[in-house]
Order: sequence, then structure tokens, then C-alpha cells
Amino acid sequence: MQATLTLIAAIGRTVLTLMRQTGAVFLFSISAIAAAFRPPFYLRETLVQLWRIGYESLPVVGLTALFTGAALALQIYVGSSDLNAEAVVPRIVSFAVARELGPVLAGLMVAGRVSASIAAELGTMRVTEQIDALTTLSTDPMRYLVAPRIVAATLALPVLVAVADSIGIFGGYLVGVERLGFNGAIYLKTTTEHLMASDVVSGLWKAAAFGFIIALMGCYHGYNSGRGAQGVGRATTQAVVSACVLILAANYVLTEFFFTS
Amino acid sequence: MDQQSAIVQAAHGGGQAAPETPKIELRGVAKSFGANHVLRGVDLSVARGESLAIIGGSGTGKSVAIKCVLGLLEPNAGEILIDGVRVDRRRRDDALLARFGMLFQGAALFDSLPVWRNVAFRLLQRKDLSRAECRAVAIEKLRRVGMSEKVADLFPAELSGGMQKRVGLARAIAADPEVIFFDEPTTGLDPIMAGVINELIRELVDEIGATAVTITHDMSSVRAIAHRVAMLYDGEIRWHGRVMDMDFSGDPYMQQFISGSAIGPIDTLR
Repeated sequence: MQATLTLIAAIGRTVLTLMRQTGAVFLFSISAIAAAFRPPFYLRETLVQLWRIGYESLPVVGLTALFTGAALALQIYVGSSDLNAEAVVPRIVSFAVARELGPVLAGLMVAGRVSASIAAELGTMRVTEQIDALTTLSTDPMRYLVAPRIVAATLALPVLVAVADSIGIFGGYLVGVERLGFNGAIYLKTTTEHLMASDVVSGLWKAAAFGFIIALMGCYHGYNSGRGAQGVGRATTQAVVSACVLILAANYVLTEFFFTS
Repeated sequence: MDQQSAIVQAAHGGGQAAPETPKIELRGVAKSFGANHVLRGVDLSVARGESLAIIGGSGTGKSVAIKCVLGLLEPNAGEILIDGVRVDRRRRDDALLARFGMLFQGAALFDSLPVWRNVAFRLLQRKDLSRAECRAVAIEKLRRVGMSEKVADLFPAELSGGMQKRVGLARAIAADPEVIFFDEPTTGLDPIMAGVINELIRELVDEIGATAVTITHDMSSVRAIAHRVAMLYDGEIRWHGRVMDMDFSGDPYMQQFISGSAIGPIDTLR
């Protein structure tokens, strides 16, 4: 009996913690969105973040997309050997990259790079009282620190994903033409014929949502970081893990929304 | 007139002068973090132009008290008055905060900004000042704390701890505030640099005519920069009075703190 009660109490504590965390993240995101639409706007900070989150993520996103597109082409070729591979490979590569792999993989790679960086930066600012200093200097940290990062990530991710889509499809093309001996012109023709605008656009909307999630998780965990190096380390880990999990969950929800409704 | 006001008046050399509204007043301020009751009802007032030092051991709530005044923390009970007007955390608007300057314990300089933009941070938010004017003010304030123009374009990470404190001090006085808070201004500095910082604080407070509140457990700082001292212990003001009277306070807690003895009523972990 005692063991059962202990188990129920533990489950209850976990549920309460989860609810509290969810509520806190929700309120934080409301404040962040409100801060993004209320002046003063910190354009310079937003541009700096666009550079850091967008431009500086290009190499990792580009390489990820290139190798994913290439591997995907190989896998589809092997799996469709009894079909007309030259028709199937470009179609599935472009379809899969634009709808799923481009946004999700770019999102996950940027989550690893950017969520961690934002959480570590804001966590260190919290620990060293820089966030308190901002407040005493009549500057709202939500507007100065959080809003520019969220706006920049939400704008940068669709651009990154557009680049990732192009590079991913190019990766498939390279393998198809150079390794599998497909005709280049036919490969491109098949790709453009079957890739619909809605495939690309849905991926870009997903990317915007993932950008928001990445910056939100980085900012939330960094802003509420615990004390010391351990607190900042924990905030960084939590930011990356929660951003990745939420990206995958949001991807499913958005896929349901775009392709089944 | 309460005992505290009498002490403030005495510090300013007047037993006959009319009582004036304190610049800062805390009435029964309490703050808890969960079951940890850090402040249990602090009553304290600081007169205009006065320099008050709040002393006490680590974890006694000195920083929490200052953060409550600045609006960084919301007290659970009690009230805080600035110039006799009650303020709560939601009413810490820009106009009110612009009257305060703060030197943080670790200087809290913004890593991503060069020194001059740290110093001129508040000024750069103003529409009536150009960037060049803000930079000129920043350089003037840096000179005032003994730093050359050469450091203006360096980043905080390129400065020593003492230099960072000076930059923090320049930032605190950049907008000529009415009240300046100093959170452990000499902690982590060598005795010579601590002396320099103490001297600078004393000069600047006199020069600007600002009200100053300093948190410290460095008794040489207290003697160098404060008119009055208040000791915080167990979440309450244990003793307060003029600096010149603290050695004869007769309070065993105060005496133990001043002497730095391990023997006395204050619990020490050994």
C-alpha cells in the first residue's frame, strides 16, 4: 500500500512539474511575442542575430542537406530496383527533401547550434547579473534580448530551409547522375515536373515554426538559468533537448495540418 | 520622529533642522524564496545626499534588499518609498529607473559591447543625443574614473577585474543619477585597487551630490565611503548608526562582525 502511494505521489509530482513548466513556457512565449510587437525595436540586435542564426548556420545546414539528399537517392535507387528508378529517384528525393527532410534536419541542426548558443549566452548573462543590469538601465530584457532572437530565428529558418532544399535536391542529382548514371536533363525535368509549390511552401512554414521553437527554447532556458556553471550547462542541455523534441512534435502536427486537412 | 530619522539628521549635523522626506525608505520589507525567509521586515531609510553602507554576512539578504528597491525583486510584504512616494515593481518605469545608477558586484558589463557603449548604454536609448555625443560623454566618464580613451573601443573581456569595476562605475554615473547603489564594490580586488575604488566612490558621490547605498562586508570600504551603517542579520536590521559610532555600538553581533572574530553570537561554520 505504502509503495503504491509513493508511486502515485511521484507520478503526481512529475505531472505537476510538467504542468508548471508548460505554463511557464506558455507565459514566456506570450511575453516574447508581445515584446516583438511593442516598441522600442532593436533593429541592430535583430540584424546581428539574423547573421548569427542564419548566415553562420549555412555551412552545417548545407552539408547536412547535401549528404542527406545524396544518401536518400542511393537508398531509393536500391529500394526501387524493380521499378523505373530514373523516374522514381528524383521524384521521391525532391518530395521528401522539400516536405520533410529539409525542414526537419535543418531545424534539428540549427537547434543543436543555436538553441545551445542562445541558452549559454543568456544563462551567462543571468548568472553574471547582466540581465539585471539591463533592467536597471531602463531596458526591457524581453525586448532587447529575447524578441530579436525570436524574430531573427523565425525569419532565418525559412531561408535556411530553402537553401537546404536546393542543396539536398542537388545532392540527389549528383549521386543520380555521377554515381548511378542517370541522364541529368531527365533527372531535372522529372524533379521540376513533380515538385509542387505547396511541397516547398509547407516546408517553409514548418521552418518558420521550428525557428520560433528553437529561439524560444534557447531564450526560455537561458533566461531562467540556475546559478553557476552547472546551472548554465543544464540550461543549455535542456534548451537543445526540448527544442529537438518540440520540433519533431510540431512537425507531426503541421504535417497533419498541411497534408490531411 | 523615530530613532532612525534622528540618526539621519544627526549624521547631517542637525538636531534642529526640519525633518525631510527620506530619499529611500523601506518599511517592513519581507522577502522569502520558498521556505527561506531572507528578509523578515526590514525598516530602513536613507536621507537625500547620504551615503549608507549595509553590512552583514554572506546570504543575509543585503543584495535582496537592494534588488527590491530597484524593482528586480518583488517583496512579499512591506513597502518601499522613493522621495516619499510608494513604488511597486510594476511602477519601476523608465523615468524612475533613470534616477538610479548601479555598480554590480562583478561589474555586469555587456560582453558583446565595447567599453564605451557599455558606459553610454542608457544615453544611447535617448533620442535627443547623437551617437557621437554619447561616445563623448562615455569617454569623459571613463576619464573621470581614471581610464584613458584607449580603452573605449576594447571589449570587457580584455580588461582586468579592477578596470571592469571602473567601467562599471563609469556606467553607473553616466546619466548623473540621484541614487547610486554599489554591490560589494571592492570584492575580489587587491587592497590598492580597493582603495582606489573606495576613493573614487567617495569623490563621485560628493561630486554628483547623489544618495549612495553600498552593500559590503569590507569594513575599510565602510569607513572610507559611508556616513551611516546598517547591519543586516537574520533578515532584520540588527544595528544602525553613524560610522563613527559603530566601534562603540555595544551590540555583540556588530562587534563580532567588525572584529572578524569567529567567537561570538553569529553562527560560523568551522
